[in-house]
Amino acid sequence: MASLKDLRVRIASVKSTQKITSAMKMVAAAKLRRAQEQAEASRPYAERMARMLGSLAASVAGQDGAPPLLKGSGKDEVHLIVVGTADRGLCGGFNSSIVREARQMIHALGGQGKTVKLLCVGRKGRDQLRRDYGELIVDTIEDVAKPAVTFDKASAIAGRLTQMFQAGEFDVCTIIYAQFKSAITQIVTPQQLIPFAVPEEQKEAAAGGGASAAYEYEPDEEEILAALLPRNIAVQIFRALLENNASEQGARMTAMDSATRNAGDMIDRLTLVYNRTRQAAITRELIEIISAKEAM
Amino acid sequence: MIETRVAFELVSPERLLLSESVDMVVVPGAEGDFGVLVRHAPLVSGVRPGVISVYNGGQVTERIFVAGGFAEVTPSRCTVLAEQAMPVAEIDRPAAEQQLKDAREDLADAKDDDERDAAARQIAVAEAMIQASAS
Repeated sequence: MASLKDLRVRIASVKSTQKITSAMKMVAAAKLRRAQEQAEASRPYAERMARMLGSLAASVAGQDGAPPLLKGSGKDEVHLIVVGTADRGLCGGFNSSIVREARQMIHALGGQGKTVKLLCVGRKGRDQLRRDYGELIVDTIEDVAKPAVTFDKASAIAGRLTQMFQAGEFDVCTIIYAQFKSAITQIVTPQQLIPFAVPEEQKEAAAGGGASAAYEYEPDEEEILAALLPRNIAVQIFRALLENNASEQGARMTAMDSATRNAGDMIDRLTLVYNRTRQAAITRELIEIISAKEAM
Repeated sequence: MIETRVAFELVSPERLLLSESVDMVVVPGAEGDFGVLVRHAPLVSGVRPGVISVYNGGQVTERIFVAGGFAEVTPSRCTVLAEQAMPVAEIDRPAAEQQLKDAREDLADAKDDDERDAAARQIAVAEAMIQASAS
């Protein structure tokens, strides 16, 4: 049986933990608002960019002159997985669920005899993957969301990917991130960046000789594609980073909310035990006094 | 009824600036300005730094500066993906001039072709910005 003093100390410590978690929750909620706005604002651009490129790609598909970023390097041997996670923990299952998806993918690709390379964006992903797949990690990029996710940072990552691709270091590149749906739901999404994946419906439209094949180009097809493809990668990465950022804050808010609630429950429970113990002590003292009196 | 308006959308990486149906837009294309009315032939074009003008009822109702990008035109809609966009009224003239000065210095300091290209692009953007705010 814990003594009164132990209980008091325990309650005080849970209370201070609760203060921290509730402060973290509030910070996450404030950051979430901004991050969510940003993520939602980036969606139209990324979607329209993908749609535009999709119709372009569908009309160029199969031509010999198509740029490698579009049709791939012709091989399917080395896969680069960009694992987008947070730099910090204490955000529920956010990091783990992304890493789990990455593990599954590494496993599946390994099973097919492919070589896998990893590029970790965010410390937590690297920390979790380092133990099992340390030798696969090419590099880690940290602090993408500090002080803010900017397009320049996304461009830098995209530039790096393009360079690595041109140097023949990988054939297929996929990014894994958590798409933000709400503070409670984040959907882990793998998205293929290189070569550009033409959406199915646009593929069919092109095959049927649909309207997408009839575009005019100014200046010309190759030049536009050459400018659009690297830009698209940057845009998609930017979007993924923003989604991830919003998801992280959302997950943290939910996690800290339940932590605060749990701490509250724990304080209640401990207080009850404390009061009972205190009462028991008082009763015992009374009994001792009374029985001592009677014995006299 | 025959559709007489074209659905125009202007998006930058940060946000969706404009999404409405308009009578006509004039876009500064890579090879010259072009106007888009409804039932325009499908077109994909580069966009150079300049001003997009939105026409409604024969009047320019909106002027928005874009720092390059791409435009996709189909018979019913026109989508402009801008690298950076802001209404002309919000252009900060002194900041643009400072940017032009910096870019010129960068060009003078540039060591390789990539840096020179980047600086030249910056200059084009800054010049177009100043021109847009003057007109």
